[in-house]
Amino acid sequence: MFSFILRRIAVVIPTFIGVTLLAFALIHMIPGDPILVMMGERQIDPEFYRAAMQRLGLDQPLYVQYGHYVLNVLQGNFGQSIVTQEPVLSEFLKLFPATVELSLCAMMFACAIGLPAGMLAATRRGTVIDHVTMGGALTGYSMPIFWWGLILIMLFSVHLGWTPVSGRIALEYDINPVTGFMLIDTLISGEEGAFKSALHHLVLPAVVLGTIPMAVIARMTRSAMLEVLREDYIRTARAKGLGRTRIVIVHALRNALMPVVTVIGLQVGTLLAGAVLTETIFSWPGIGKWLIDSISRRDYPVVQGGILLIATLVISVNLLVDILYGVINPRIRHAR
Amino acid sequence: MSLLDIRNLNVSFGSTAQPFHAVSGLDLTVNRGEIVGIVGESGSGKSVTMLAMMGLVDAPGRVTADALQFNGQDLLGMKAAQKRKIIGKDIAMIFQDALTSLNPAYTVGFQLMETLKLHTPLRGAALRRRALELLEQVEIPDAKSRLEAYPHQLSGGMSQRVMIAMAIACEPKLLIADEPTTALDVTVQAQIMELLVNLQKQNEMALILITHDLAVVAEVAQRMVVMYAGEVVESSATDALFATPRHPYTQALLASIPEHSKGARRLSTLAGVVPGQYDRPQGCLLSPRCPYVTDTCRSTKPALLPLMGTSVRCLTPLDSSGIPTHE
Repeated sequence: MFSFILRRIAVVIPTFIGVTLLAFALIHMIPGDPILVMMGERQIDPEFYRAAMQRLGLDQPLYVQYGHYVLNVLQGNFGQSIVTQEPVLSEFLKLFPATVELSLCAMMFACAIGLPAGMLAATRRGTVIDHVTMGGALTGYSMPIFWWGLILIMLFSVHLGWTPVSGRIALEYDINPVTGFMLIDTLISGEEGAFKSALHHLVLPAVVLGTIPMAVIARMTRSAMLEVLREDYIRTARAKGLGRTRIVIVHALRNALMPVVTVIGLQVGTLLAGAVLTETIFSWPGIGKWLIDSISRRDYPVVQGGILLIATLVISVNLLVDILYGVINPRIRHAR
Repeated sequence: MSLLDIRNLNVSFGSTAQPFHAVSGLDLTVNRGEIVGIVGESGSGKSVTMLAMMGLVDAPGRVTADALQFNGQDLLGMKAAQKRKIIGKDIAMIFQDALTSLNPAYTVGFQLMETLKLHTPLRGAALRRRALELLEQVEIPDAKSRLEAYPHQLSGGMSQRVMIAMAIACEPKLLIADEPTTALDVTVQAQIMELLVNLQKQNEMALILITHDLAVVAEVAQRMVVMYAGEVVESSATDALFATPRHPYTQALLASIPEHSKGARRLSTLAGVVPGQYDRPQGCLLSPRCPYVTDTCRSTKPALLPLMGTSVRCLTPLDSSGIPTHE
């Protein structure tokens, strides 16, 4: 198992190098001179310009600049925001838990609904239940996130008044960020009503962000289950005298999970892209909103660092999925 | 009283308006400790018969019968949950492709102990001991380490041994072996057959051997049932069947055994295939392929009738010299 994990990690290294090249190239693809771009409309003193070039290392050849960049990145130095003068990494780390909290809850919602829905549709194949479930999944998949978010806000926040419109928690609470996860922090703080308020704020964005993954998981689970239920070993399980529930949960689901786990892993990319929209709609203070704000402020180091960090995240999740394969499927673990 | 008594079993698929009869009007009795061979080429309804008896034919398949008795119990009117207490315990089945019949995600031990846990009160160390004992009984070398092995780490013959161990785990009264050796090498085939027959003797269980290879059952089965297109065409004692086949189809099956064609340049074959849903003939189902076909055969459906200690479904059964008996 250990050597299996090491082999998986080795495969990831070239991908990571590619990502640093892209992020590095981004700054150099901005039209015009980076320093002029940073200074904006102001007139600059040529002496100051030279000093800035030297300070930023822009007078060096490209490959030297790239080397410096990679060295910096490896030491955790992702540059600093032009607007706030704060290091990109610390800004990222401050906002990241909010996005993780939202994405995790969205994924939990997606799995909690998607997996049983897919299993139900597969075991009731061709019935009304199957058609309704799959119709629902197709609708969910086809829903534009921003539109779906606004519809839900109109219904639940404006019309019914059940949930707040935006933010992570009501203004009256001042929660000390211990973990960065609002649901946990509100529990630690012990403030009455704070946890409930945080949960209320989280429900709608999580549902909106989780809708597409839910639909994908439901469809994938159904087709994987249908395939597995036709296998010879399912017949063996039935010939043993096992009950239907045990056959579906123990014998079919574990084998059907393979493609589903792949899809869940791939959905992490979708989830982060969706987070950009969802966080903007719900004013959720996470990295999605942070990136959008930085783009509109032309805060290039933040955009560059943010993209590199998000890419690293996606790569890590895919690596985790690869390793999970080995846990689920013994054939992959033992393959040489 | 016989162990298994099936009367007028019908299995059909497709719409009720245009059903396809996979099995029609099948009668079969199996006595305690008896070995019965069911032979016929692919698509003749051998496996479906057994799956239907065990209640493993799913909708849209339809199963009807006049009687379906096992060990004095009526399987026909039995609730599914009650039937599951018999299946896997008193009636066990092994299949053709052992490699795909084992769940790839679980170890041999898990799958073996699952059956034991379901049907016996064994738990813990006693459960493990029994599983080990079963693997040793089916002559798996290094049984202890095999408990932790996954199916993909086993060979075909080894997988079939594991399947057999699972099947005999609860000492069934009836074991159904559906083409147990078809997917295996010739040398392994003989070993598996020997194992099955030995276990049959040790446990005094009845054994139904489903195969398309007459040579496999010739030496071990006491009785043979020949099926064609979902019907029994001949049923008799093995010796009698081999000495004097009464049905042209049985004759053709015997002739197609390679050993019977020694010296010949080509193997003897019966042209054509088993009729499917849309090309079932009006009269005798074999009529398009039968070398002795007459006009009456093409229009009249023969019934399964007793003839000198055997049952034959033919209008002009063969005599002892292998020639049709015309009036």
